[in-house]
Amino acid sequence: MVPLYMAFLVGGTLCLIGQLIMDLTKPEITPGHILVGYISAGAILSGLGLYKPLVELGGAGATVPLSGFGHLLTEGVIKGVGEKGLLGAFSGGLEAAAAGIAAAIIFGYITAVLFNPKG
Amino acid sequence: MVDEKKLNEIEIQEYSSLVQRVNPKPQVFKHSVWAFVAGGLICVLGQIINNSLILQGMSNGDASASTAVILIFLAALLTGLGYYDELAKYAGAGTIVPITGFANAIVASALEFKREGYIFGVGARIFAVAGPTLVFGFAVSTLIGLIRVFVAS
Repeated sequence: MVPLYMAFLVGGTLCLIGQLIMDLTKPEITPGHILVGYISAGAILSGLGLYKPLVELGGAGATVPLSGFGHLLTEGVIKGVGEKGLLGAFSGGLEAAAAGIAAAIIFGYITAVLFNPKG
Repeated sequence: MVDEKKLNEIEIQEYSSLVQRVNPKPQVFKHSVWAFVAGGLICVLGQIINNSLILQGMSNGDASASTAVILIFLAALLTGLGYYDELAKYAGAGTIVPITGFANAIVASALEFKREGYIFGVGARIFAVAGPTLVFGFAVSTLIGLIRVFVAS
């Protein structure tokens, strides 16, 4: 298992990069752009074989940031292609990410129904 | 004379506040520290959950997926209670980049459009930010899969 301080360092660094992108580039960069950018970057790095070493180094520090979600999608797709060929390219990603996406929709919806906007 | 001195003082104050606004460096540093520490701690929490699930006999893949589910649940709840957005004011990307930020984006945009109803208000707006994120995630990863299928064959 990955030591906690490595998760802290890797996860913190990934978040720091996001903060620097927001602070030092165009003001049009919203949190939404950061999420889209991270999931895409994680998926691409994973396709190039560069994200897996980061996961081995930082554990949850690499899987908890949204780039880790992109990595999960690409890993699922690559596994799917290996097992089912072309069909796997379409089914693998959602299979791998199913729990996270379902949880986000279900918990997101329930919370939005139960609570009211603050401020 | 006195008035002129006062005027000068005000000018100096205005000038220094203008400099602080125009020169972003101290803010960038403060934001960076906050983002690094908050984001790092969220990941440490994820690692602790992940490790304890593995110790209970779960496989690596299942533990990682369960960790994501638990973090999403916590972030959704804290967003509903209003605490997550309070933290986000200080922590910036430290609360956006982790998967908890994805859950926060879902709940926050759903809450914002609650008055439009539970089906086409909450049900649709839940994907205001999550939708583009998933579209690009799937587009990129599926494309990588297609490249592998056609390059390999």
